[in-house]
Amino acid sequence: MTSVAHKTAETHDAHHAPMSFWRKYIFSTDHKIIGIQFLFVSLFFLLVGGLLAMQIRWQLGFPGKPMPGGGILPESMAAGGVILPEYYVQLVSMHGTFMVFFAIMPLLVGVYANFLIPLKLGAHDMAFPRINMASFWLALLAGLIMTTSFFVPNGPIRSGWTNYAPLAARPDLSGVTVGQMLWCVSIVVLGLSSVMGSLNYITTVINHRAPGMTWFRMPLSVWALFITAILGVLALPVLQGAAIMLLFDNVLGTHFFDPVAGGQALLWQHLFWFFGHPEVYILILPAMGMVSDIIANGSRKPIFGYHSMVFAIIGIAFLGWIVWGHHMFMSGMNPTLGSTFMVSTLLIAVPSAVKVFNWLGTMWRGNLHLHVPMLNAIGFVSMFTIGGLSGIFMAATPVDIPIHDTQFIVAHIHYVLFGGSLFALFAAIPYWYPKMFGRMMHEGIGKLHFWLTFIFYNLTFFPMHIIGMGGQMRRIYDPTVYDFLKPQQPLNVFISYAAFALFTVQALFVFNFLWSLKFGKKAPQNPWNDNGMEWSLPNPAPHGNWERTPNVYRGPYEFSSPEAGDKDFLPQFVKLPTDRDPVPAPVPAAGH
Amino acid sequence: MRWWLPDAGSTFAGPIDTMFLAILILTGIALVLVEVGVVTFVIRYRARPGRKAFYTHGSTRAEVIWTAIPAVTMVALGLVSNHYWVLIKDKKSVPPNAYHIGVHAKQFEWQITYPGPDGKLGTSDDFTVRNQLHVPVNEPVAAELSSEDVIHSFFVPEWRLKQDAVPGMHIIAWFQATKTGEFELGCAELCGMGHYKMRARVFVHTPEEFKAWLTQQAAAQGAGGGGSE
Amino acid sequence: MTHGTQVLDQMRPPFPAEPGAGVYSSKLGMWVFLASDVMFFTALIGSYIVLRFGAPGEWAKPSAVLNVPLTAFNTFLLICSSVSMVKAYAAIQDGKKYFLRPVPGKLLRDGGLKFWLLVTMICGAGFVGVQLIEYFKLVHHGFTPAGFREGSVLAEHAATDPIRYGAAVAGLYGSTFFTMTGFHGFHVTCGVISMTYLYFTKVLPEKYSPQDYRGIEVIGLYWHFVDLVWIILFTIVYLI
Repeated sequence: MTSVAHKTAETHDAHHAPMSFWRKYIFSTDHKIIGIQFLFVSLFFLLVGGLLAMQIRWQLGFPGKPMPGGGILPESMAAGGVILPEYYVQLVSMHGTFMVFFAIMPLLVGVYANFLIPLKLGAHDMAFPRINMASFWLALLAGLIMTTSFFVPNGPIRSGWTNYAPLAARPDLSGVTVGQMLWCVSIVVLGLSSVMGSLNYITTVINHRAPGMTWFRMPLSVWALFITAILGVLALPVLQGAAIMLLFDNVLGTHFFDPVAGGQALLWQHLFWFFGHPEVYILILPAMGMVSDIIANGSRKPIFGYHSMVFAIIGIAFLGWIVWGHHMFMSGMNPTLGSTFMVSTLLIAVPSAVKVFNWLGTMWRGNLHLHVPMLNAIGFVSMFTIGGLSGIFMAATPVDIPIHDTQFIVAHIHYVLFGGSLFALFAAIPYWYPKMFGRMMHEGIGKLHFWLTFIFYNLTFFPMHIIGMGGQMRRIYDPTVYDFLKPQQPLNVFISYAAFALFTVQALFVFNFLWSLKFGKKAPQNPWNDNGMEWSLPNPAPHGNWERTPNVYRGPYEFSSPEAGDKDFLPQFVKLPTDRDPVPAPVPAAGH
Repeated sequence: MRWWLPDAGSTFAGPIDTMFLAILILTGIALVLVEVGVVTFVIRYRARPGRKAFYTHGSTRAEVIWTAIPAVTMVALGLVSNHYWVLIKDKKSVPPNAYHIGVHAKQFEWQITYPGPDGKLGTSDDFTVRNQLHVPVNEPVAAELSSEDVIHSFFVPEWRLKQDAVPGMHIIAWFQATKTGEFELGCAELCGMGHYKMRARVFVHTPEEFKAWLTQQAAAQGAGGGGSE
Repeated sequence: MTHGTQVLDQMRPPFPAEPGAGVYSSKLGMWVFLASDVMFFTALIGSYIVLRFGAPGEWAKPSAVLNVPLTAFNTFLLICSSVSMVKAYAAIQDGKKYFLRPVPGKLLRDGGLKFWLLVTMICGAGFVGVQLIEYFKLVHHGFTPAGFREGSVLAEHAATDPIRYGAAVAGLYGSTFFTMTGFHGFHVTCGVISMTYLYFTKVLPEKYSPQDYRGIEVIGLYWHFVDLVWIILFTIVYLI
């Protein structure tokens, strides 16, 4: 049953008729276009999330003072430009919601899983291109629903992005009605989108690898995205279930989370964090994978300890399922359970440390090309290290007591999500920009953007550790209400100035991104001298990717290999005289 | 401007601060190791024409070492943490002679209930004070936390004490203050738009002062007066 | 089976270097989806267990509030639909694309894919119908997602016999009952809609053959899963 199938399949090639603009760029089933659609949409939401953050910083730095430009906000949000407490809580809640669900997650998974998985595997497209398209449109719909909640009576949620019940379950206690429902509906839609995307990624990785692309020849980016997809497929439905219950509590008068009628307040937290901790790894694993690719490229060296990198990803993902309780150390959960969660949490430090040391090992005795992606990848390694290490403070339960729910946690999550995920994206975006648009982003502006971001980012988030140690609680509208927080208010002002600067310098990135679309240098076919399968294609690659399914001859990190001759890289698709063509595996038939 | 944890005010502060410092040193070493490595490599192995990177796929020995060291450190840290964790949070660790008070949280205030002259909570001579927590110094106190509506969190930074008050649950948080004076009690869990102003004053008295305050309050309550503000 | 040589994957040819899971993509995709659906029902059923056993009062006796015999009949209907789904699957494997065909010497005619899939759809639709009737009756008696409606028959009963009717936790009972059974019913509905779609686009035009019957196999997987979930739900909601 083998040979015939291959002959037929091979002739079924990439001849696509020219398509209208709508079919090509809007209702596209091409995984690359869908990835680019995700890119534009989630960069927009990233900007929205950033704008919300600026308002939070204004209020924390200058409580009670009218915000510049605050006059355009309705009186119900900012009276005379002064942010109101209810609006402040909404800002905090929606900043988290937008950044986690509509910026970082789609940027990493929506954009790069879509864009990279088929390209790096030598596949022609995703396994289910139409489901893939539906996944994008559902994500956009979810984002629009979430945005709508700003314009409904009483505005968006007021219970944090975590929506702790019973605050979120009882409109009479939170003061939010429609906004809460919209949050739940949006999350259910987003979950659906995410599951559709993830099952696509999983199927594609398992079934659509080009001949010769064995499991252990897959680049770490694909490994990470694959494991992330598994996390997504298993974690998002739990959040959907929880969001549906929360919705019913708000709309149908059910009592899942309302202790007054026998419901359980902590049930929400267990469900949310059972989803939420795998979600944390959904937000960082793809970043780690892409950074691994870029560091190997920038160092012109094979990744140090490829196999242990793979197992570290799997280990982190596995442990990620049994640590959710560390978000609940202070929640009144049984302290013995707390001890168990502490141990599993501390153990996660081990695979994380392995990854960091292996990145260092990759750079060791390399030949480091400090291009913009490499700079940002190095920034990722050094900042993720801080975020990872500060996590140990919280994992050690007694030490967690004073810093739980303070700005220390805010510092930690931003070192992981901004210093980690976002720096990885600042590396990935210019790195695969030529593959997306056929042009290079500007190198000089990129470097300037990196250094300014790096500096202001640290000035913004590092002092948060200190005010957190001082005891400043999260999500408080006005720290100066407390006498013990008054002395550290100057540091809050400092953080706010740094944050404004950090936000401002992002204009460089936006400018660079948009300007290069039209005026960037034309990209050569393999601008980074990389080994990945995607660089055997023209920039940008056509629909269907390869005319004929390519063969894969080696692992993804053969930089500076002695076999490469005078070059310092040896792509996966290059056939050396000593290489034999891989034998394609049979196509499984129905009923097997 | 303070650059460290707030001044110690309870028996928990000693071990917690020591552990904090120990973790800071450990993580500091790791951080310096990594960052110095990054900077050194960036300078030392910067691309130069004609140079070629060292072709290697890794070293099992090095990887075993840097897997084992964090693993051992984490296990040790876990053991130490668990010891103090049990001491602070386990139900069985509440000293039997602790002085019990009721702490009832609601949007957006703290209601502290003291046992009346009979020294027992839940009897008719209890009296309740809004947003004022008075405790004796050097005596174990057990706060019985409850909540009226949503989740709040009882947080006194100087005592290194934080515990959520969850509706439908009865949670005991114990502590022993070591410093007299006036402190603040804050809510650490987002509980609504008034979260930021859910603040109470904390007074740690000498035993004599505390007794005097109790007697005075009990008398005022007996006379039909409300709690003091 | 050695057939299936001509089967092409959706859109583009897969060239797995390793046979992957040895499963064609749409089946693999369905397996992955079912894994995610397991997590969804785990969230609902897990919450039910936590709420029921952590509840401040005893749960109502199922027979006091629910019409157990009616639902038992409904369960039977759903199991029948699983059996007919197996028959449909076997029929297309044997190339029986027809509806019914007389067999010489036998009284009953032999059913093909068109017959058995239609039976499955009817049983599934019947299940949803009976469930809707059950819901209407329950709500009429005063059992709602928020608990016993005030002034209703059930509320009166609960006042006289609070233990049997689980008056203290009626709200939780309603919340979990309607959410779990409702989402199961939603899954059945989706299954029936998908089958109807396949019936008109693929089964009636006889597009399936013993060489390619992926749609039937994939929807069959889903259908058996939904059936299995119901067996669990019926046990924990109606029997315990």
